[in-house]
Amino acid sequence: MPLLSVDELTITFSGRGSRDVQAVAGVSFDVDQGQVVGLVGESGCGKSVTSLALMGLLPSRGVTIGGRADYDGTDLLRLSTARMRDLRGSQLAMIFQDPLSSLNPVVPIGVQVTEILKRHRGMKGEPARKEAAHLLDRVGIPDPTRRLKEYPHQLSGGMRQRALIAMAVACAPRLLIADEPTTALDVTIQAQILELLKELVDEEGTALLMITHDLGVVAGLCDQVNVLYAGKVVESAARRPLFAAPTHPYAHGLLGSIPRLDAPRGEPLRPIRGSINDRIDWADGCAFAPRCDSYTMECLTGTPQLTEPHTPGHLARCVNPVKHEMHGDGGDHGNTADLKKTEAGS
Amino acid sequence: MSTKTDKIDRLAELTASRETTTGNSLWVEAMRRLRRSKMALIGGVIIGAFVLLAILGPWIAPYDPTDTHTWRGEVLTNQNIFVGPRAENWLGLDHLARDEFSRMLIGARQTLLVGIVATLLGFTVGALIGGASGAALTLGGAAGKRFDTVVMRFIDMMLALPSLLLAVSIAAVLGQSLTTVMIAVGVVQVPIFARLLRGAMLAQGGSDYVLAAQSLGVRKRRIALGHVLPNSLSPVIVQSTLSLATAIIEAAALSYLGLGNPDASEPEWGVMLAQAQGYFDSAPMLAVYPALGIIITALGFTLLGEAMREALDPKLRS
Amino acid sequence: MSLLELDDVKVHFPVKRGVFFDRTVGHVYAVDGVSLSVEAGQTYGLVGESGCGKTTLGRAVLRLVDITSGGVVFDGTDLAALPGEEMRRARRRLQMVFQDPLGSLDPRQNIESILTEGMTAHGIGADAGERRKRILDILAKVGLPANALSRYPHEFSGGQRQRIGIARALVLEPDVIICDEPVSALDVSIQAQVLNLLEELQESMGLTYLVIAHDLAVVRHISDVIGVMYLGSLVEEAPSDLLYAEPRHPYTRALMSAVPVPDPVVEDGRERILLTGDLPSPADPPTGCRFHTRCPWKQETLCATERPALRDVGDGHRVACHYAAEIADGTITRAAGEASPASTPETSPV
Repeated sequence: MPLLSVDELTITFSGRGSRDVQAVAGVSFDVDQGQVVGLVGESGCGKSVTSLALMGLLPSRGVTIGGRADYDGTDLLRLSTARMRDLRGSQLAMIFQDPLSSLNPVVPIGVQVTEILKRHRGMKGEPARKEAAHLLDRVGIPDPTRRLKEYPHQLSGGMRQRALIAMAVACAPRLLIADEPTTALDVTIQAQILELLKELVDEEGTALLMITHDLGVVAGLCDQVNVLYAGKVVESAARRPLFAAPTHPYAHGLLGSIPRLDAPRGEPLRPIRGSINDRIDWADGCAFAPRCDSYTMECLTGTPQLTEPHTPGHLARCVNPVKHEMHGDGGDHGNTADLKKTEAGS
Repeated sequence: MSTKTDKIDRLAELTASRETTTGNSLWVEAMRRLRRSKMALIGGVIIGAFVLLAILGPWIAPYDPTDTHTWRGEVLTNQNIFVGPRAENWLGLDHLARDEFSRMLIGARQTLLVGIVATLLGFTVGALIGGASGAALTLGGAAGKRFDTVVMRFIDMMLALPSLLLAVSIAAVLGQSLTTVMIAVGVVQVPIFARLLRGAMLAQGGSDYVLAAQSLGVRKRRIALGHVLPNSLSPVIVQSTLSLATAIIEAAALSYLGLGNPDASEPEWGVMLAQAQGYFDSAPMLAVYPALGIIITALGFTLLGEAMREALDPKLRS
Repeated sequence: MSLLELDDVKVHFPVKRGVFFDRTVGHVYAVDGVSLSVEAGQTYGLVGESGCGKTTLGRAVLRLVDITSGGVVFDGTDLAALPGEEMRRARRRLQMVFQDPLGSLDPRQNIESILTEGMTAHGIGADAGERRKRILDILAKVGLPANALSRYPHEFSGGQRQRIGIARALVLEPDVIICDEPVSALDVSIQAQVLNLLEELQESMGLTYLVIAHDLAVVRHISDVIGVMYLGSLVEEAPSDLLYAEPRHPYTRALMSAVPVPDPVVEDGRERILLTGDLPSPADPPTGCRFHTRCPWKQETLCATERPALRDVGDGHRVACHYAAEIADGTITRAAGEASPASTPETSPV
């Protein structure tokens, strides 16, 4: 049984006076014990909202949540505030994109860490301080006893994110949710943080739900990848098959859009045309159809379902999935004949 | 071939409903948001009613507000005899046996006049000083900076004085009159507007579009007046609405302190409040009416101001 | 003679304290002696992490920040020495595209007004009709519909806004466009559109680009020559493919190994050079080689005491490292403990 099983999660925001916005339109995925699962997508795909819903951090007013999210037998979406608070920090923990605003600016790092130890592990005084120093040391913060006395603004971005990770893992959570944990950081610092996360997963057996827009980060970190578009999972597969043979035109297009460091200078990019604003409701058809090169009439009638078009375990929500030659060179340079170079226009 | 056109038609049909934007400037968008806001509606209704009363007061007031003869003898303050609300006098009579309702209606006009004139004065002078300072800073150079420093230290000095104290001193110098109250309340607003506009211009001056205009080769004067200034106005406009509320309260306070119109028979809410104070034990309602009037109008302007702040908030642009 | 030449450009920002009289208590050495040249029709990519001074350098070229010393020679004229009004006029030929597409457009101007402004400032176009014709021409070039003219920036998507920013630069028919993080604020699928557009425009209009970005993959994709910046100075410069094949400076190697590649096969077999510690403050840069505090190849001599100059090592490859040659032939190896547990040692960086 998976540690976390999200089933048909829907999240709708109803604003004052404006029409309802469905940010998440039925997302399902599983996270197994000790597994790294990626939720990938561009802005507006619903990935961050999903993570907030799982942690019970969405406001109750103006938000309607549907579906289930079973964690160890309990539905996270229907947990009382008090139970959720107990679970948060002890079993579930979250790391955010902006470490500075996630830390209390007027409280020293040490106090913020020991607070958690006190709350969830009942530790106090000297042992708590020792454990806090140990945690900072664990996440690679040099000179931890001195750092405990410092305030968040005295730390660099990378150190802050480390401190935040230390707080997240303070109670050895079983599931860690990381929402764009490295987006605000420089690439050399990002490499350090990703290495740290990998270590934590390997050594502590923590499951990690990684939310990011960066396919490069996913490629190096995640076991299972879910690609989101307009509030639905459009493709889901293990890491290698997904990158080797992206099956949904969106995932395929996304990979074709990224300049690769190892590609020669000037190798043409294949952008996806239009923007996320060019979409139709899932109820009417495939939300991606207006940006897709190979959409057909079938794409504009009714919601496409997640199927296994080519290989078992490789799911795609598409009626005209991208075909790849099975012997290919393993990259996304596969069969692109049915997806001609797109026009850069919107 | 026909399937292809069908396909495109169908796509167009499904996406058409999403096309909503059609060349609306930020002001238009802000107005649209404002119209949808409940807070703005309530504030607007209150202010509308207040303005209407102030304009129509002389015509709809049932009696002459200065008439002390009609009900002479019915109010005997030394024996604590007052007349409360009755069919003839909806809000009763005041301590000199004048119709309270008529006095409230006519008083609204005075209060509104003081509020608006004072705020206009504060806005104009403040915006001129702040704008000049902000523009000097945007145009850059050592001279601009020095100009700004001198002006702002002066403004800081004004800000450092408690506003009511400043108003009292001005009123004391200029003597007792309604004009005094207007000037006093207006002068108090000057540093607020000046600081606000300068601050906004300073913030806008550092924005990317200013840098972009500069790299485009646009002249500095045009950048300051054509880009920075218009983008800095919204907080000032919001403040002027909020200032109206403060101005009304401060004008009432000055009148209450006896620095307003020396002709005490002329109705004004602050004066009425001051006069009612003496009879608070036996006729508390005489103080409650003008106080309520002041509070409700101030609330109306505050609500509208807050709603405007929300509507103009750049963070809400999407 | 190159179209644009930077000669030992320095931009130091004074750090001031004091209530009434500002006292300079120190300097932020944002750009501390950069020399480079950009050939006509080519793309020079400037890459580096936050705080390395790349944005400041880009602004210094247009004199949007004050240049402390050094020369910026554009087409034979030293821009650094031009008086204000002449510099303003010179900006017609040097334009800029900004990182934040929304922030760099005045929210109260419609697109027509945004695009006309530059022409008015430089007296281009005889009358409104002629200007309008030119605007429509450019709009088509950057892929925006003609009905965009009466609309406002907030009504466009991020990618379209960046196209407006590009159009604004193009109407002046500049020779050089400085692109400061032109795609970093955009979604991945939109980034590719804008990058392709920039390349198309370069080809059709013969533009010269100075592209400033933190993303090495983007820079490598678009640039002919790449300069790597660290703490205010250039540490390495080489033609794009050469830099990728043979990075010589330890920082370039670390940077390159840290850039994720969207391919698990590559990622799994990669050697990472993890840097320890954080970027030192540009207000208090380290002595000697600026990178020595984090360098895995740091040596006992020279590194901490002497600042390495940018030396030519052949094929247009310039490196600022005392031990570049020794590191390349393997006589000096990395300090232990820095390597990631995975993979084989000393392979190519990807």
